[in-house]
Amino acid sequence: MSENLLEVSGLQKHFPITKGLFKRQVGAVRAVDGIDLEVRAGETLGLVGESGCGKSTAGRLFTRILEPTGGKVVFEGNDISHKNVNQLRPLRRDVQMIFQDPYSSLNPRHTVGAIISAPLQIQDIPTPQGLKKAVQELLELVGLNPEHYNRYPHEFSGGQRQRIGIARALALRPKLIVADEPVSALDVSIQAQVVNLLDDLQREFDLTYVFIAHDLSVVRHISDRVAVMYLGKVVEIAERDDLYKNPRHPYTVALMSAVPVPDPARRDRAQRDRVLLTGDVPSPINPPSGCRFRTRCWKAQDICATEEPPLTVRLEDPQSHLTACHFPVVDDETVAGRRPAATPA
Amino acid sequence: MSTPIARPYLEVKDLNVRFETDDGIVQAVTDSSFSVERGKTLGIVGESGSGKSVTSLAVLGLHRTRSNAKVSGEIWLDDQELVTATDEQVRKLRGGKMAMIFQDPLSAMHPYFTVGSQIVEAYRVHHPETNKKVAREKAIDMLARVGIPQPERRFNDYAHQFSGGMRQRAMIAMALVNDPSLLIADEPTTALDVTVQAQILDLIRDLQDEFGSAVIMITHDLGVVAELADDVLVMYGGKVIEKGPAIDTFQNPQHPYTWGLLGSMPRLDREVRDRLNPVKGTPPSLINLPDGCAFHPRCPYAGRNGNRSFTEVPMLRGDVHKVACHLPPDDRTTIFQQEVLPNL
Repeated sequence: MSENLLEVSGLQKHFPITKGLFKRQVGAVRAVDGIDLEVRAGETLGLVGESGCGKSTAGRLFTRILEPTGGKVVFEGNDISHKNVNQLRPLRRDVQMIFQDPYSSLNPRHTVGAIISAPLQIQDIPTPQGLKKAVQELLELVGLNPEHYNRYPHEFSGGQRQRIGIARALALRPKLIVADEPVSALDVSIQAQVVNLLDDLQREFDLTYVFIAHDLSVVRHISDRVAVMYLGKVVEIAERDDLYKNPRHPYTVALMSAVPVPDPARRDRAQRDRVLLTGDVPSPINPPSGCRFRTRCWKAQDICATEEPPLTVRLEDPQSHLTACHFPVVDDETVAGRRPAATPA
Repeated sequence: MSTPIARPYLEVKDLNVRFETDDGIVQAVTDSSFSVERGKTLGIVGESGSGKSVTSLAVLGLHRTRSNAKVSGEIWLDDQELVTATDEQVRKLRGGKMAMIFQDPLSAMHPYFTVGSQIVEAYRVHHPETNKKVAREKAIDMLARVGIPQPERRFNDYAHQFSGGMRQRAMIAMALVNDPSLLIADEPTTALDVTVQAQILDLIRDLQDEFGSAVIMITHDLGVVAELADDVLVMYGGKVIEKGPAIDTFQNPQHPYTWGLLGSMPRLDREVRDRLNPVKGTPPSLINLPDGCAFHPRCPYAGRNGNRSFTEVPMLRGDVHKVACHLPPDDRTTIFQQEVLPNL
């Protein structure tokens, strides 16, 4: 379990903003701006954060769909940060991705059979009993009818399409699957079916998952460890139970308190305990100096604007629990009803 | 004139909505009845295709322009019947007495006009006597009330210049500019992040306290319903299958589908479960609904009470907390306590 399958250090991805005829670069969207973490073999690492925090870009860097601007991605000891398409091809057998939108991630002109067999053909994987049989086994594995081999994506519902995407990712028997919001486009009951399927497949094939999502309750259900991202940085990372019981970063605390609980009897308490963040996430083009969360944080002080807090062990946390905050939230601290004072960005 | 019989502020009786399509008749809503009082919130829960949005569009009379839509039943808003009302009558109410917040504010707002001018337009349609200046002040005042910073400046911005949360606030401002007494919010926070969702739900709650409107909250998220609703309506396959006060419905849900919905959700307020207990299968096609109880193909208890589930449509029964299920109440209680609750 302790062996690291994937390690990233100082990972950055800046998308240039260009202007004028000569595409002069006038700035950059710092989507991912220096993250360090490792993914252990066999675990599920949850990556949570709000839209624009860089979690999807991070996922695409892990799978090397995108090339990092800085930092390193190391998979099983090999530095894959700057390999080209040909050099990356062997890696694709081991690292696969599941996408959020089951409508746009499947080619509408290809049959399900063609979609799922494509990875096998590209990688020249021998299929002793024929390609069709191999695909049908995969369909059965993800709970689809093998006879639907010749159907087109539009003939399936959202949940079934997501299963097709999962079958495609599984075709090469990868070691690592990066799932980017795999259930957020689905209805609740279908969502739970897909979560259970991912669980079963992990057990059966010893898979390692990076599970990217904005839904904190789904992430808690599926992950062993969870990393919280804000504006291109990891602000807190810990074992699942540790993180949800003792969140240290004010952002993590606010995020958790904002999740509506399906129990009307607790409504008043939930509202009282809620940390309401004001305003929006600042722009990643020009992030705040020092700690990036300081503009929305109720604990922010002068040091937060000048010095960026490193991601380290805070208070009496275990070695596995890292927080990037100068003033981490103490266990019995009352945070309820805190509204940050309006601070200029 | 005789004194009118006390009627709820909004009362919907036996509402049916069907669409004639090339593939057949889509029975989107069947015999749905409910009511909302002013100052109260009704939550309508269901998955895609359960008929929750179609119901709300029917209340606003937005199916009228579609020639293939057939709406029948009664919709009473403040003692005025809307299904039989003329287009002109409904147009006067729409945006005035009743207003709607849509899920996706980017597509609900016009990209070519500034946000401010759209709010001004909404106001002046119902207040034709006001001049532009007064309407502009009213719009800026509304933008400020929904918490948009620098409203004078944002008045001249276009929808795409707003962030998701701010855009949703602007739409709420537009919906509330005429002090509607009925506000329908169709998945108002689904496209938003949780921290922004918390802000918007807070805003809707505050504004409701202030204006005393009746609110219908349509959502697939049971958490959002628990947060706001006084009463809950659970819809499945175009029918209301469970209806009752929110606390009752969440603590003692009666319909197997409601159990399934609750079993599907991982919850932050409970210990982590090994597995989720989702409803099996997929929602039915509204063109070809199953015979009997529409939920029977997915219901684990369908055969327990003879074959009625397969042939006979269950009626919505009960006093305050109603349910449409063939299982006898005692059996339901036993199943819920012994088989469902331990796994929630």
